[in-house]
Amino acid sequence: MTTIDTHAGASAGAAHPNPVARMAAWIISSDHKKIGRLLIGESMVAAVAAAVIGALLGIERMSSGYGIFHGDAAPQLVALFRYLLALGVLAPLTLGLALAVVPMQVGSRAVSFPRLAQFGFWAWDLGSVVVIVSIIGNGGPGGGNTDLVDMYLLGVGVAVLGLCAVAVSVATTVLTSRAPGMTTDLVPVFSWGGLVGSVAAALSLPVLVGTIAYLYIDHTYAATAFGGNKGIDEWTRFAFTQPATFVFAAIAVAVLAEIAPVVAGTRQPLRGPALAGVGLVTTGLLGAVTQSHHVLDTDGGFADTVKSAIPYLLFNGLPVLGVLVVLGASLFVVKSGKPKVSTSFAFALLGTLMVLLGMLGTMLQNIKATGLTGTAIEEGATTFVVYGAVMVVIGGLLHWSPKLWGVVVADKKALPLVGLALLGTVLASLPNYIAGFADQPLDAADGFGYSGPMGLWNALVAVGHVMVALSVIAVALAILASVRSGAPAPDDPWNGHTLEWAIPSPAPHNNFASLATVGSAEPVLDAKPKSEVSA
Amino acid sequence: MTIALPSATARPPRRQVLVATSIASAGMAMMIAGMLGVWMKFRAAAPVRDSSDGLYKIKDWLPADIKIPEVASNTMLITFFVACFLAQWAVYSAHRDDSRHRSMALLLTSVIGVAIVNAQVAVWSQMEIGVRDGAYQTMFYAITGTVVVLVAAGIAFSVAAFFRSVGGRGDDTQVVTAHALYWYVLTAAFTAVWFLVYVQK
Repeated sequence: MTTIDTHAGASAGAAHPNPVARMAAWIISSDHKKIGRLLIGESMVAAVAAAVIGALLGIERMSSGYGIFHGDAAPQLVALFRYLLALGVLAPLTLGLALAVVPMQVGSRAVSFPRLAQFGFWAWDLGSVVVIVSIIGNGGPGGGNTDLVDMYLLGVGVAVLGLCAVAVSVATTVLTSRAPGMTTDLVPVFSWGGLVGSVAAALSLPVLVGTIAYLYIDHTYAATAFGGNKGIDEWTRFAFTQPATFVFAAIAVAVLAEIAPVVAGTRQPLRGPALAGVGLVTTGLLGAVTQSHHVLDTDGGFADTVKSAIPYLLFNGLPVLGVLVVLGASLFVVKSGKPKVSTSFAFALLGTLMVLLGMLGTMLQNIKATGLTGTAIEEGATTFVVYGAVMVVIGGLLHWSPKLWGVVVADKKALPLVGLALLGTVLASLPNYIAGFADQPLDAADGFGYSGPMGLWNALVAVGHVMVALSVIAVALAILASVRSGAPAPDDPWNGHTLEWAIPSPAPHNNFASLATVGSAEPVLDAKPKSEVSA
Repeated sequence: MTIALPSATARPPRRQVLVATSIASAGMAMMIAGMLGVWMKFRAAAPVRDSSDGLYKIKDWLPADIKIPEVASNTMLITFFVACFLAQWAVYSAHRDDSRHRSMALLLTSVIGVAIVNAQVAVWSQMEIGVRDGAYQTMFYAITGTVVVLVAAGIAFSVAAFFRSVGGRGDDTQVVTAHALYWYVLTAAFTAVWFLVYVQK
């Protein structure tokens, strides 16, 4: 037997007294926890920015001819909103959490290719800054500034390559650096989600890079094969909407499957189905690489309907089935155990439900008979998926805060924020579903109208976005306050099951002082005395 | 609090470079597949007209004045397969711990990579088309240019593996195997490009 106690090594990552040196240490750090936290931190900022833009767009849409924005500014803001949601928030947030946590879960001292992960963060960061600057200068899709449109395309390409680098690093870690004895079927559910989500991202994101190569050459050389600046949106849209977003939602959904057994204080009897469910969510990858929506067309005969139903169910239905399986397995384990009140579980459960609503909205939108294609329901589905994933990741951050920051965020501080985030997500998304049925066009910021309370739906959307922004800021402040003044967290505050709970809080630089042999999916639970487990 | 777990002896990660190269190569293949998908979409949407004698249907995708240099493009395909052969020679030598042949094979792979780029430049110069001339031309430069970038990455991989080899890293058969894998996937991707862009046009 070996006793894992690496408190002595924790000083290696201790804060430097000089703030400049401290900042430099973060910039050049190859510690996966720091790189992961950088990704998470910046994508949280992006989430607030996206929510503010969403609120502004909601206000603009309240009435036809409101005219808050200049004619060119509105479509650029829509483009920025879409970029931020998919590649500024969802992808880096989920990959960042995986990067920070997965190596600890699989018993590795470091992430595979830490410099690649570091490059990935900075490439995504730089690319995103270029995208934002380009859009501000009227260089986004459909923008009038030719040079900045080129810069926009380059920025998206660089950001996507960065995300690919992070994904390769995470996936390689799970595949090659697991603790001795940890076969693939014993990998923790969240690490499994990190693996399948990262592989799916590494396969789907390059398709966008290829499309951008076409668009960049087409636009730079003033050709019009792809519709010039106006065609950029049409050709890249697949990467910013469903089902491409499901690839990253898989990582988020895995957080719920990971937290549920810990909250229930028991082993997951449906571990296999939970793993399969997380894997099923990544079938969204197939929809992403085909660069198109797969629509159920019931206009033709029976044979034609069946012909369209197969790809429709494959691309839209399987991810829904995956989430339902994960939800079922999680609720089953909670029912069979002795659950405790847990803010992280509440965030994860409700966030997963929001993701499910987004997926169901996408299914609805892709039924031709509903006439919802090209309406606001698509934006509603995207915000459901993205904000739902943000909620789940917040749950994950609260769950793993002892390892990432060395603190436990008090439930009484964080629990009210669950309601705020939930209400915000529902308000930011659901009215767009209703507006979709009223034929509110997708992405239009002004110049449309329909009979019905158009102002009400869009006002609710604006309020929802503000609430989401407030909840993200409040969670960040709660974590910050706990870091500044909270008591140090115990090493295993939740009676955890997996390897990260065997190391000190916060996790030391190299995670494990000595390696352990793993013989089950819950190695830390196995090592605990029975009395402690039941307590 | 500390938790006692059964101890294990430390061991290096299992084939990290090979696994990461596999994932990256798969991503590369998906990128080329996506680009070919867009290519086929454009080609399928091109207008169809009758030939002057009325016997054929002609798809107006490839402009009539553009001639694909078949010798250069076929040579390029063969050169890709030569690169694979050399990369596999490096793997064979690495497994036999034959550092001289391993280094030579890696160096030759990089030289062959340069020959591929040269063949592509020859194709471009023989075709004499401008990137602004139309949809076909723009897309042709985009997809062939992307392949050249990927070949350049392959050359960089070969050179890095070569320097590791001559630097005495005789134990890293994994890197040499990953290097061969990259060239195999790149060759498969180019074969698809060759068939759809140069043969089927």
